[in-house]
Amino acid sequence: MAEQLSLDEVRHVAKLARLRLTNQELEQYRSQLSAVLEHIAKLNELDVAGVEPLAHPRDVTNRLDEDVVGESMPVEQLLAIAPAVEGQFLAVPKVLGEETGP
Amino acid sequence: MDDDATILSLVEALKHREISAVQLVQDCFERIEQLDEKLHCFHETYPQRALQAAESIDGALEAGDELGPLAGVPIALKDNIVTSFGHTTCSSRILEDFSSPYTSTAAQRLIDAGAIVIGKTNCDEFAMGSSSEHCAFGVVCNPWDLTRVPGGSSGGSAAAVAARMCPGALGSDTGGSIRQPASLCGVVGVKPTYGRVSRFGLVAFGSSLDQIGPLTRCVKDAAWLLRIIAGPDRRDSTCADLAVPDYLNGIDQPPENLRIGVPKQYLSEKNEPAVNEVVQSAIELYRDLGAEIVDIDLPLTEYGIATYYVIAPAEASSNLARYDGIRYGRRAHLEPGEDLYDLYAKSRAEGFGPEVKRRIMLGTYVLSAGYYDAYYKRALQVRRLIKQEFDAAFEKCHALLGPTSPTPAFEIGAKADPLSMYLCDVYTANTNIAGICGISIPAGFGEVDGKHLPIGLQIQCKAFDEETMFRIARMFEARTDFHTKRPPDLATV
Repeated sequence: MAEQLSLDEVRHVAKLARLRLTNQELEQYRSQLSAVLEHIAKLNELDVAGVEPLAHPRDVTNRLDEDVVGESMPVEQLLAIAPAVEGQFLAVPKVLGEETGP
Repeated sequence: MDDDATILSLVEALKHREISAVQLVQDCFERIEQLDEKLHCFHETYPQRALQAAESIDGALEAGDELGPLAGVPIALKDNIVTSFGHTTCSSRILEDFSSPYTSTAAQRLIDAGAIVIGKTNCDEFAMGSSSEHCAFGVVCNPWDLTRVPGGSSGGSAAAVAARMCPGALGSDTGGSIRQPASLCGVVGVKPTYGRVSRFGLVAFGSSLDQIGPLTRCVKDAAWLLRIIAGPDRRDSTCADLAVPDYLNGIDQPPENLRIGVPKQYLSEKNEPAVNEVVQSAIELYRDLGAEIVDIDLPLTEYGIATYYVIAPAEASSNLARYDGIRYGRRAHLEPGEDLYDLYAKSRAEGFGPEVKRRIMLGTYVLSAGYYDAYYKRALQVRRLIKQEFDAAFEKCHALLGPTSPTPAFEIGAKADPLSMYLCDVYTANTNIAGICGISIPAGFGEVDGKHLPIGLQIQCKAFDEETMFRIARMFEARTDFHTKRPPDLATV
C-alpha cells in the first residue's frame, strides 16, 4: 500500500475500467492517484483487527416484493433512448465468430 | 413577488390568492433570465411546462379546490434527479442528450404536492466534486462573489436559491454535496438520514452514501420539503419503512435538557479563522439559550476522507459501468476493425470528464485483484469504527456542532490538485459514511481578501432524528438574521 503507481499499473486499471486514455492522461492519473493513495494509506495507522466490515449504514437484508406481475415500461420507450437499434433490438458490434459483416 | 419570500409564506399567499402561481413562475424566469448568464445555475429550464402547470393551479385555486402542500411553488432540481420530461444529463457529456423514460420518486412527490419544476441545475459531473467546476457545460459561480465557486456538487441548486431564482431546490449529498454548497452560498441544506428519502431516480454515484435533500432559505422550508419527499418507497429497497414525522410540529420548541456536543477535532487550526469564530459564537448562543455544551472526542474525524475516497470511488466505478454506449447515452463512432471493447472504452473516454475518470480509475484500482483487502475491506472496517464513534457520541449529546466546511467559498481554479479538493469535505463525509443526518445553516460571514462571504454551521444528529436536528437549527435561526441576508445586487455587477 502507498507506493507510487507505475505507468503499467495505471494502463492495466484503465483497461479494467474500459477507459481509453491518452498517454498524457495516463501520466496525469499516475501521479494524482499515487498522491490520493498516499493519503488513503492513513488507514493503516488504525488497528482494525477483528472489526466486521460495514458495507452499508442500515442494518437491512433483502426486502422482497410479492411475486406479482406488474406494469413494465414499454419497449419502444426504452429503444427510443438507445444510441443504435435494429428492429426490436439494441445494435452492437459483432461479438462472436468470424467477421462477415458488410 | 417579494423574492425573499419563503416557501411557507408563498404557500399561504397562493392559497389566499394574494399572488398567482403564474406571476410567481414568471418572476422566477425573469430573474433567471437576468442573472443566469453570470451565475450559470441552470442547464435547462421549462418555462412552457411550468406556466401551464401554474395556470392549472391558479384555475384550481380559483375554483376553491383543495390543493397539495406545495401548490404553485417553483422548485429547481439538480440535474441528476430524473424526470420524464426534459433532459437529465448529470452535467456529463455521456448523458448530454439523455431523456429519462421515468420520473424519480422525490421529484414525483414534489409534483404531486403541486410544486412546479422550473428547471435542472448544473453540478459537478455525476455529483463528483466540491466546487461545481467539474461540470461539462460550464462552471457555476457563487452569487456572493462571481470569481468564487458555489461549492459542490449541488452548486447550481445552492446558487439558484441564494440568488433568489427560486425559493427552493433539491440536491444530492454523497459526502457533503448539499451541505457544503449551502454553506458557501449562505442557504440551508439538509442531508437526510440514509434511507429517509427514496433514491429511485437519483442517478447512482455511491449507493450506500447517496441521499436527496432540500436546499432552501430557511429551516422551516427545508423541513417542509423534506417531509414531502421522504418516506417509504417500494422502488428503493434501502428506503426505510418508517413514518415521517410532521417536522414543523414543535419545530420552535427546543429539545428538553438539550446537550450539544462539540468535537474538539471540528475546531481545527487548519480551518479559516473566520470559520472557527462563527462556530464559537454559535456555541455561545446555544449556551445562552440554556443548552449544556459537552466536549466530544472524535479522533476518527481525520480518517473520514481516506475512508470516503475508497468507498465512494469503489461504488462509483461499479455504478458507472452502466455507461457502455449501448443501452443509452453517448456512443462513440467506431473505425473499421474496432470491436465491442473499443466501443466501451471509446464511448466512456469521450463521454466522461477528468474527475469522473479519476474516480472510476481509483475505484477500479481499490477493488482490483490483490488490493481489495488492503483498501476496500479495510475502509469498510474503518467505516464501522466511525459509525461506532458517532453512536458513542450520541449517547452523550443530542447533536454535534461544528463547521460545515473548513473555509468559505474559494476562488475558481484554486483547488486544481484533486486531493486538496477532496479535503473540502473533511467535516461532511463522515455523516454519509455513518448514514446519520446533517444540516448546514447560515451562521455568519467572514471577510476573506476583502470579500464578504457566508459561513455555514453544521448540526449532525443520529439516524432518523431529523426532528431534533430541525429544532436545534431553528433555535439558532430564530435568534439570528444571517439567513435573511442577500448576495450583492448582481444585476449591477
